[in-house]
Amino acid sequence: MIDFIRTLGRWALGTMERLGRATLLLVQILTGIPELMMRFSLVVQQLFYVGVLSVLIILVSGLFVGMVLGLQGYNTLVDFGAEESLGVLVSLSLVRELGPVVSALLFAGRAGSALTAEIGLMKSTEQLSGMEMMAVDPVRRVIAPRFLAGLISMPLLAAMFSAVGILGAFLVGHSLLGVDDGAFWSQMQAKTDWYEDILNGVIKSIVFGFVVTWIALFEGYDAVPTSEGVGRSTTRTVVHSAFAILGLDFVLTALMFGE
Amino acid sequence: MTPLIKIRDLHFNRGDKVIFDGVDIDIYRGKVTAIMGPSGTGKTTLLKLIGGQLRPQRGSIVVDGEDVHKLSRKALYALRKRMGMLFQSGALLTDINVFENVAFPLYEHTDLPESMIRDLVLMKLQAVGLRNARDMMPAELSGGMARRVALARAMALDPMMILYDEPFTGQDPISMGTLVNLIRRMNDAMGLTSIVVSHDVAETTQIADDIYLLSGGKVVDQGTPEQLQKSGSDWVEQFMQGLPDGPVPFHYPGTEFADDLLAGEENR
Repeated sequence: MIDFIRTLGRWALGTMERLGRATLLLVQILTGIPELMMRFSLVVQQLFYVGVLSVLIILVSGLFVGMVLGLQGYNTLVDFGAEESLGVLVSLSLVRELGPVVSALLFAGRAGSALTAEIGLMKSTEQLSGMEMMAVDPVRRVIAPRFLAGLISMPLLAAMFSAVGILGAFLVGHSLLGVDDGAFWSQMQAKTDWYEDILNGVIKSIVFGFVVTWIALFEGYDAVPTSEGVGRSTTRTVVHSAFAILGLDFVLTALMFGE
Repeated sequence: MTPLIKIRDLHFNRGDKVIFDGVDIDIYRGKVTAIMGPSGTGKTTLLKLIGGQLRPQRGSIVVDGEDVHKLSRKALYALRKRMGMLFQSGALLTDINVFENVAFPLYEHTDLPESMIRDLVLMKLQAVGLRNARDMMPAELSGGMARRVALARAMALDPMMILYDEPFTGQDPISMGTLVNLIRRMNDAMGLTSIVVSHDVAETTQIADDIYLLSGGKVVDQGTPEQLQKSGSDWVEQFMQGLPDGPVPFHYPGTEFADDLLAGEENR
């Protein structure tokens, strides 16, 4: 029993300490951002690695998720003769929920894990230490540009995911199942609200981008500098990001649509 | 003559393990000073303490009149611009090529025009004999070449001193010879101060002006290579001549071999 309490205590202390270190890193990153504006080319370079290289997986996944939504939605709606509302169903589910959440999960798997592995390996091969000794702050030079790139990429990727998803649903709904295209688009336009739905979805994706990139960079920066340590950190990035995304999604949804 | 680096009463622990227990070291300008000792005596830790990457529990390290651990972040970074450090692994940035690696500190810290940066980088690479390898990526370099590139990079800002962390480890005889010569030649030609951390006795004694021997968290002996070769101490003799047994036992301390054999299976 005592052992159990001791282990629990150690775990809690360890977690608090990590949270503290993660917060310190975040503060360092945020204070480095104004300086980064003078050298935006560093961010642009990372936008390519973090954002552009994630586009393919986002587009393909978005297309399939949209097509499945189209099929499933049609099957339910057709029983009530409401199949023309397919556009609304699909657009609301994608813009409010699936777009931000699924693209953030994919982003964590594709870009988050890559960021952790990269930073962790830079640490274990003393590249970060080497920069410090060259009087270059690795947080400002390496971490902050990646953070900003993640923050910018995530909402854009989520928007692409939703757009392609809607297109996928339209393909299935209209071309395959024969839903009227005019009704599909006009009902969608009438029922999807700019502030209520789209903006809230964008806010979600910004929050997810912030959290996922933060977790990924912290895990890399805090990794034990061995191959095993970097491997563990990479796994933790994906697992913790998934928890954070799904947990925060509930909180944000409750705040936005909860009344 | 005041030393460039003055270390006084240095205490440093890692957890419960005592790494330094009251170390005093003076490193003089223009000289090649070697810090030697068996593996695990904290030689690399000493370099990190000098560079301000680690903080001692007690004692002071004064570099060029400035107490490293009392400096503000900005002042510490300014001091680091005057220090070069050669990491054991080279620590080259793996996503950019040799030229860009050497140019890195220049791009970060100066506003020099592109053509001048090019000239400076080529000069540094010429000095280490790798001007024609400038387009190679770090992954394509051999260990010795990587270390020479790292040396060119450490010199890019023309520092007053260079810290070498185990520069000879894992080198073939040719690149070893090249590095040994380079360190001495650079030191004399550019008026540097060099601190070489190493446990390669033969190579280090060739180029060092002063040697400090560390063991068990303390300075065991110091002096010129000749003085140390003639030292009366058994420990120093064992280390300098690489004898397998002596005051430092060959066997990791613990139970006797015979007891272990007789203990049977249960005591694995």
